[in-house]
Amino acid sequence: MSPENAVAGVTLAAAVVYAVLAGADFGGGIWDLLARGPRREEQRAAVAHAMGPVWEANHVWLIFVIVLLFTAFPPAFAALGVALFVPFHLVLLGIILRGAAFVFRAYSPQGARPLLPGRPRPRWGVVFGAASALTPVLLGMCLGAVSSGGVRVRGGEVWIQGTPPWLTPVALVMGAFALAVCAYLAAVYLANETRGPLRDDFRCRALWAGTATVALSVLALPLLRVEAPHLWRGLLSARALPLLAVGVGAALLSGWALLARRFRLARVATVAQTACLLAGWGIAQFPYLVYPDVTVGSAAGPPGTLRFVLWTLPFGMALLLPSLWLLFRVFKGEHLTREE
Amino acid sequence: MDTLTAARAQMEVSLAFHMVFAALGIGMPLLMVVAEGLWLRTGSEHYRHLARKWGKATALTFAVGAVSGTALSFELGLLWPRFMAFAGGIVGPAFALEGYAFFVEAVFVGLYLYGWDRLAPRAHWWAGIPVALSGMASGVLVVAANAWMQNPVGFRVVDGRPMDVSPFAPFQSPAWLQMSIHSTLSCYVATGFAVAGVYAVGMLRGRRDAYHRSALGIALAVATAAAVLQPLSGDLSARHVARHQPAKLAAAEALFRTRAGAPLLVGGIPDARAETVRWGIEIPRGLSLLVAHRPDAAVMGLDRFAPADRPNVTVAHLAFQVMVGCGFALIGLGGGYWLARRRGQAEGAWLLRALAAGSPLGFLALEAGWIVTEVGRQPWIVQGVMRTRDGVTPVAGVPATFFGFALLYLLLGVALALLLRRLATGAPEPAPLAVPAPHAGGRRVA
Repeated sequence: MSPENAVAGVTLAAAVVYAVLAGADFGGGIWDLLARGPRREEQRAAVAHAMGPVWEANHVWLIFVIVLLFTAFPPAFAALGVALFVPFHLVLLGIILRGAAFVFRAYSPQGARPLLPGRPRPRWGVVFGAASALTPVLLGMCLGAVSSGGVRVRGGEVWIQGTPPWLTPVALVMGAFALAVCAYLAAVYLANETRGPLRDDFRCRALWAGTATVALSVLALPLLRVEAPHLWRGLLSARALPLLAVGVGAALLSGWALLARRFRLARVATVAQTACLLAGWGIAQFPYLVYPDVTVGSAAGPPGTLRFVLWTLPFGMALLLPSLWLLFRVFKGEHLTREE
Repeated sequence: MDTLTAARAQMEVSLAFHMVFAALGIGMPLLMVVAEGLWLRTGSEHYRHLARKWGKATALTFAVGAVSGTALSFELGLLWPRFMAFAGGIVGPAFALEGYAFFVEAVFVGLYLYGWDRLAPRAHWWAGIPVALSGMASGVLVVAANAWMQNPVGFRVVDGRPMDVSPFAPFQSPAWLQMSIHSTLSCYVATGFAVAGVYAVGMLRGRRDAYHRSALGIALAVATAAAVLQPLSGDLSARHVARHQPAKLAAAEALFRTRAGAPLLVGGIPDARAETVRWGIEIPRGLSLLVAHRPDAAVMGLDRFAPADRPNVTVAHLAFQVMVGCGFALIGLGGGYWLARRRGQAEGAWLLRALAAGSPLGFLALEAGWIVTEVGRQPWIVQGVMRTRDGVTPVAGVPATFFGFALLYLLLGVALALLLRRLATGAPEPAPLAVPAPHAGGRRVA
């Protein structure tokens, strides 16, 4: 495998990890915003409890993706910075407000004790929820923009063909899809990390979000065929189709597992579903980084740099993976579940 | 406002904001680990309270630092796409390694901050060590990218594109060593004096207990040690800049004319048009002595550079004066504290007032030093290779995003300052709680 393809694969893998880990953190914020019913505050507390120790580490995967992109594919990164100037700024607004509001709420005095019923929700809570909902929609729209064909690049100059690429139908559907997937991931994880009626709340939310995910997929498929035929062909190609089939199977399995209250199975299946769908998109999109003008090959950075990225990867992972294992072991470990 | 001005302004606002949190992210974990280590060693509870309090402050500032740092990684492409198209593949390795360091930091920040009740005391202390180390490593690695922009090596330019790029280019830049020493020390100086000021205010308000005394002692031990080393590293930097970026040195010193036995200028307001300095004090031959260690060495002035290749003298010189002035004031302040302490007078009202007043000076020096580095490199984005105006985005909307981000950071800064103030003035809490645990029977997480 050529070094640029290998780095592209690593970048896609990092994006997948970001989606399944940080996607759930965004989803948590969505459920904070949509907290309803008598256990409203318990739902919010469960979200904060689940996110607290891990969201920052999960967030770093996005920085990692960005760094890989500009290190290995500098012209592609430059083109995206120009073409997606507005949505990227909105993504940053969402990321900054989400993170800041989460810690501000956690460490402000009123956040430290349970709220009195009927008292207005603290402001930071609303900011946290709204920013958590906004950011994945925008990230999904950016992914859609990359596939839309509206970003044209020639000789280092970038221009937009037709509608702003992040506002095309494909991008809008992908934004909505990202929102639904995040909500689904979070609800499934939270159903795993809670007990009793709270778990039922999240199971119910997971079923709603899962239904929305399926509905959006059904809507997206014919749309892709008309609006992004290259992506449609890519998805049905021999290299992406098996992955997509596994993804669809995992989606059905996770739905069934939720109905059957097999929560741990539902979590595994949901992770597999999200990973397969995003990886499937990436592989269907290959060799294009930005369709139709920027490919993995044409945007590849200096060969020495690509090799540097690949050679340092095992060392970085040797440092990172045990650390992450420890983090999740301490805060998400099974011994906690058993204790209860 | 034209695009270049707006893009520079947005980058300045974003970096100036992020830098405060980056510095705290390097300095606070060290204080935290020292305090907790003292608790483990002595068993005195007030050290534990300190570590917990500083942990909370770190939690707030680390999160803001992480998200504002994310903004910067995007902004490199949003504001400087042409620069990144050229240099992304060259400076990338520094950022890639920094990514791992930042990962480790984020993981252990989570373990440390939420692990008080989940980890054994000694294991918990050990969880703080990687936070302090990887925070420092991230800073040093990011500085490698900036050092390359000051002193680019490890590539050739062919038809406007980089060729024969060494993957180690950012680490080969001779500016890296002194820049990273200088910037790392500045983080400890800034954090240490800022923290010391908070507890000096507390003591002035009558809270002269072991908790406040120890806080002051730990913060000033770190800060003074770093402050005393800083002029030495500054000397290294200045001599390097004199060799490799003479225009920057000339601007920082407002030296308009090349001359042998150049004087060192203290204070003064440069007038770039008249090429003179008003109200400055000259120390004869001082600059020659400092940069060449010879009293009559020639020092290059701005007259050697075409007007279009000169940095903004007024900004560079004033920022340089602010940095050096704050630096020496802090050495005096730290030294004064330790002298007074030896004489048993460390709680005198005037000393505490001076520490309170000196609290922001470290951060002022850090920001001013960064302005000298960056403004002194202008009009280049990559010294001698690419001009800043050639790196900027062609997108038209930059003034709007600049004002939006300036407002956002202003609001966040105010909100955070209020929160930290409330955190600082609160009594030590034995069991601080972030959020109630969600399910009955589950363990509580602080």
